[in-house]
Amino acid sequence: MGKIWRISGPVVIAEDMRGSQVFEVVEIGNEGLVGEIIGLEGDRAVIQAHEDTQGLKAGDEVKGTGGILSAELGPGIIGAIYDGLQKSLTDLMAGGNEFLARGIKSYALPRDKKWHFTPTVKVGDTVGGGSIIGTVPETGLIEHRIMVPPDKGGVVKAISEGDYTVEDIVARLEKDGEVQELTMMQKWPIKKPRPYSKRQPTERLLVTGMRIMDYMFPLALGGKAAIPGGFGTGKTVTLQQLVRWSQTHLNIYVGCGERGNEMADALYSFKELTDPKTGRSLEEKEIFIANTSNMPVVAREASIFLGITMAEYFRDMGYDVLLVADSTSRWAEAMREIGGRLEEMPGEEGFPAYMGSRLASFYERAGQVECLGSPHRMGSVTVTGAVSPPGGDFSEPVTQNTLRIVDAVYALDAQLANQRHFPAISWLTSYSLYADSVAECWNDIVPGWSETRTAALKMLQLEAELEEIVRLVGPEALPEKDKLLLLVSKMLREDFLMQNAYHEIDTYTTPERAQLVVQTIMKFNDLAQKALADGGNVAEFRASPVVRKISRIKDIPNETVEQSIKELWAEMEISLVAQKGGVA
Amino acid sequence: MKSAPLYVREGRAINEAKGSLLVAKGIPGVQYNEMVDVRLASGEIRRGQAIDVSEDVIVVQVFGGVSELDLEDSAVRYKGDTLRLPVSIDILGRTFNGIGGPIDGGPPVVADEFLDVNGSPMNPASRIPPAEFIETGVSAIDGLNALVRGQKLPIFSASGLPHNQLTAQILRQASVKGAEGKFVIIFAAIGISYNDADFFMGNLEETGAMARTVAFINTASDPVIERISTPKLALTAAEYLAWNHGMHTLVVLTDMTNYCEALRELSAMRDEIPSRRGYPGYMYTDLAMTYERAGRLLGKEGSVTIMPILTMPDDDITHPIPDLTGYITEGQIVISRELERKGMYPPINVFLSLSRMIKEGIGEGKTREDHNNVFMQLYAAYAEGCYLREISTIIGAEALSDRDKMYLTIADRFEAEFISQGEVRRTVEETLDIGWKLFAALPKEELKLIKEEFIEKYLPSAD
Repeated sequence: MGKIWRISGPVVIAEDMRGSQVFEVVEIGNEGLVGEIIGLEGDRAVIQAHEDTQGLKAGDEVKGTGGILSAELGPGIIGAIYDGLQKSLTDLMAGGNEFLARGIKSYALPRDKKWHFTPTVKVGDTVGGGSIIGTVPETGLIEHRIMVPPDKGGVVKAISEGDYTVEDIVARLEKDGEVQELTMMQKWPIKKPRPYSKRQPTERLLVTGMRIMDYMFPLALGGKAAIPGGFGTGKTVTLQQLVRWSQTHLNIYVGCGERGNEMADALYSFKELTDPKTGRSLEEKEIFIANTSNMPVVAREASIFLGITMAEYFRDMGYDVLLVADSTSRWAEAMREIGGRLEEMPGEEGFPAYMGSRLASFYERAGQVECLGSPHRMGSVTVTGAVSPPGGDFSEPVTQNTLRIVDAVYALDAQLANQRHFPAISWLTSYSLYADSVAECWNDIVPGWSETRTAALKMLQLEAELEEIVRLVGPEALPEKDKLLLLVSKMLREDFLMQNAYHEIDTYTTPERAQLVVQTIMKFNDLAQKALADGGNVAEFRASPVVRKISRIKDIPNETVEQSIKELWAEMEISLVAQKGGVA
Repeated sequence: MKSAPLYVREGRAINEAKGSLLVAKGIPGVQYNEMVDVRLASGEIRRGQAIDVSEDVIVVQVFGGVSELDLEDSAVRYKGDTLRLPVSIDILGRTFNGIGGPIDGGPPVVADEFLDVNGSPMNPASRIPPAEFIETGVSAIDGLNALVRGQKLPIFSASGLPHNQLTAQILRQASVKGAEGKFVIIFAAIGISYNDADFFMGNLEETGAMARTVAFINTASDPVIERISTPKLALTAAEYLAWNHGMHTLVVLTDMTNYCEALRELSAMRDEIPSRRGYPGYMYTDLAMTYERAGRLLGKEGSVTIMPILTMPDDDITHPIPDLTGYITEGQIVISRELERKGMYPPINVFLSLSRMIKEGIGEGKTREDHNNVFMQLYAAYAEGCYLREISTIIGAEALSDRDKMYLTIADRFEAEFISQGEVRRTVEETLDIGWKLFAALPKEELKLIKEEFIEKYLPSAD
């Protein structure tokens, strides 16, 4: 135990700290504020406090806890809301804590709740680190698979079915005459990646239900993506859509230095929403980490690592996990703020020189892997991070460092957002390197995806070029075929890429449905081109009722959409050909 | 209730004084961020704060600077506590300075509680999402960028633009349906000119709103350091009225640009490493600690709504002050010089403006069933009109098709009839009906974003 020697913002220097280790968690002062030792000099320790240090005094005591910052992993984690240090905010709320006073404590996993444990191995079996030894039905959507911690393993000496708390011993293993006692809870240091047996290529499509993502710039399970965008461009809504509808087993939402009201909005909406496949509440497959912008800045740094550690834990069970982080810029700013207090030599724009490698160490924990232990299984962690560049300028260091690491970028465009085109993902600057690796997967779902996607993207690119000319000569001066291109690409933009997150049907689109819509627009294009060659004109096409009908496809329920679209195709064949004779 | 400490510590050993900092010999028991009185040889007392505390030395930031301070005869008195605001229901109708002292000639407040002005962060799990509409009586806000209880919605303006006039109009007209008696205004003037402060106070008094107002005034000539505490005091008062007395508070903070300038000034004095344009790296967190105090809480009746006003230096929305603010607040109302020059009032640029909470705050039972559709269609039509207006400046309006000309007219009428309303109050129904009047000039097929049933119900017959 030591005592405080100096306090300067979130940095506390304590003396008489000999025997502590770097990154050890300490409790500071009478209130027991959580802090982490980030440096040792002789018997002095430099501590980064994870809570507001106002009111601390020189001479106040500092207690070491003997361990480094770790996550508690076990049943009870799903559906919870944690802060960046894994305090359960739901438990605190139940205890009447509407405000988070400093030094407040709560367990991450409930200690008194009993879970029904069913073994999947028997006495005499040999199990290695990472092997599954039993299951707990945690929620209706997720079976919690209890694993041997990666550093343990041996011959099962005792294991039995029953109701246990997370601290009860559920199994005993023996190795080299040494007995290991296993509980359902394990602890893992958050900054250390959890081990796996082998990495695998990312070739499976992650269906998000967002048309511009799935269709134009698909993301792979185990992939890493960034969503950069200035304020008001819809980062948060986009990320929330991802955790709502992505076809994964489990989603983790890390609100890192963002808005409290939006967090509340997300939490409430998840209570009401149901999983499109199973009809069960989405809450049963979500974990929330809420470290809002007014909560201690240092805990912001921990929140991202906490999230990815939880993601890896569920990956190790053999699940596909999606983690979204909103926003990694706030995370980087927390590093800058702490670096400044520590009087470190700053790099670009005041950010610490290690910011790039820290960002990389987070994103690199994404991937698809073969898990440790038995039975043989695969799991994946997909990471999507929002980036909030100051002034919407992508040349700033956090965006640039992120672009170097990620393989898919969904660039949000202020111009589109101002026109209320949402999601404001620019089709001209976004890209996904997974488009090739998931092509097989896509074409299995809907044959011909590669071709229609390429055609649609090309058309949008041509439109952008044509726009330049329109600005000089006006739309009426263009030849008919260019006018048609403008009309069709406008349909692609407004009737396909634009998607209303708040619309009951439009909020989630299956790949099959997406393909039908694009085919409809392309069919319109083909028919109109033919009609044009026969002497039709674009003004007539524009006034045609089928144009309005295409724009209303969004309102058609999934059950009847295929039927309705087939009818629409038939109508197009008639009405777009009829223009030939000049008949309206 | 927290009482004042029975004793204070005093130190005379001052080793160094520079700018606004003085370095004193360490005294045991001094808290980090503790309030300090510095007594000069002349007897003058200045306030300060302990910003770096160690066993050997204590660094004190002196509010008002260290001029005339000598190292021999001055003393530092540690008050044993951080800045607190005395509160009771009697603060309603009162006016205070930037450190919470009454300046309206009235007696000091008999306090029920002394609250730490920094507050504590709300537990995100205890929040409930804002969802109740506040009618401001301004079409561009109510119709297209609705304000809801518990939201933080800033006004981004620039020098020479009528943001004061608009704010005064909102203060005069704002009402929350079904809770009129519980609506209070907290007004914080931060480093604005005496005239501006006087304009607001006069306005509040004239309209009889003063009895349900608490004001905190720090004018341009008051100490810079108090600009940091002024918004914190205002929010502490708002939280007290909202959470202890179930009131719906609207906190107006003007001008947050002055707050950020003060932050930069103090940061520079502390020799901190500057971030963008010399502002400190923690400015985002600092602003968030202020703005995030808005919200609603489960099981509590009241709400804290914040409307900060800031002037964008050089009309630049990417300047760090509006930029960081926009990343924290739930949208923004942007005042446009261009519309102002065209003689529109209020000159609100609806493309740059945004309310993130509008979806939750409008619709059946809140405003009117057709609100969302009208809002989307108005944006779409105006955007189309503005796009064509841009093209027509190059190629001339004559070269446009009839349909395009129609949209040009709609854009002009939208600005003249919908946005520009003068200092009159419009109910939200009146606002929506103006929208429908504009739609009547368009062919029905163009109203793609409106449900058929609403078109039948609300669309006036074309005249």
